[in-house]
Amino acid sequence: MPLTTTPARPGTPSDAAPVTRGFGSLLLRGLLAGLIAGLLAGAFAFTFGETHVDAAIAIEEAAAAASTPDAGAAVDAAVAEEEPLVSREGQKAGLVLATSLYGIAVGGILATAYALLRRRLRTPNDSRAALSLAGAALLGAVVVPFLKYPPNPPAVGDPSTIDQRTWSYLAALVLGLIAVWAAVIAARTQHTEWRRAAAGAAAFLVVVTVAYLMLPSIDEVPTTFPPSLLWNFRITSLGVQTVLWTVLGLAFAALVAPARPAPAAAAAAPSAAA
Amino acid sequence: MSDVQSVQPTSTPVVSPQLIAAATGVVAVMLLLAYLVAFDQGALSQGGMYLHELMHDGRHLLGVPCH
Repeated sequence: MPLTTTPARPGTPSDAAPVTRGFGSLLLRGLLAGLIAGLLAGAFAFTFGETHVDAAIAIEEAAAAASTPDAGAAVDAAVAEEEPLVSREGQKAGLVLATSLYGIAVGGILATAYALLRRRLRTPNDSRAALSLAGAALLGAVVVPFLKYPPNPPAVGDPSTIDQRTWSYLAALVLGLIAVWAAVIAARTQHTEWRRAAAGAAAFLVVVTVAYLMLPSIDEVPTTFPPSLLWNFRITSLGVQTVLWTVLGLAFAALVAPARPAPAAAAAAPSAAA
Repeated sequence: MSDVQSVQPTSTPVVSPQLIAAATGVVAVMLLLAYLVAFDQGALSQGGMYLHELMHDGRHLLGVPCH
């Protein structure tokens, strides 16, 4: 029960029930947070990622030119082959379109997960619940697949294995989310703080280790590809996803926070209320 | 179990069938949208490879396997 005698809203139950919103309201907030996150992730990717993509495409075209006897004609042919559908400038604008649509999609999924799981997240604080879900998704759906299948720039990857790589990537993503879920289940079996953390970490690592051993290893990086360019591209790609999920979590947390301090917030800080 | 949980109201995790149905539909639409960005090669968008090529850089930098 709150320790304060001043209820934040007359007429509401005085227990610490989280402010409940309808699913439609939550979904709109999730989509909006996703759009904001997608736009910012797109700006990050445009600023820091495009130079790496350009450099990789230059290597790709040089390799294509070198593989045919008439190098000059091959470059022309490659340019003619790449150019017509979407120009490089178009692809750079499409980058922001892609991250925005992707942000909206994951924002909608985050809002749905929040609506379904809110009561199971053992915190009276709505914003903390939203941030926990976004953090869990960043760990399970981004970091776990990233470490097993780090993203590749253009000029890396055998087109004939794209189906296998796509399914392996999706499997790693799903197994990453299962690992986070297992960590929460394991942590809740313990009753002291350090034992919860240890149980959660152990369960996560067990599931991820088994998943990594089961999933096929894929390494299609040509020996001639510049290592530093590969590293920079991959770190930037991880940065794009990190920006996306961090902004999504923060924006959604801000949007689901009650407009005025809820009874729970007042109970958490009784000295301020008194 | 935890101190925090004892503060929670007793009428906890009943998720209504309507919410399940709505959530399923929303997730399906969202996954379709993510598929359009990440994997579609014209089957869904019916625009040939235009959208696929347009979002080429985004796919690479979001870390999705591309080609």
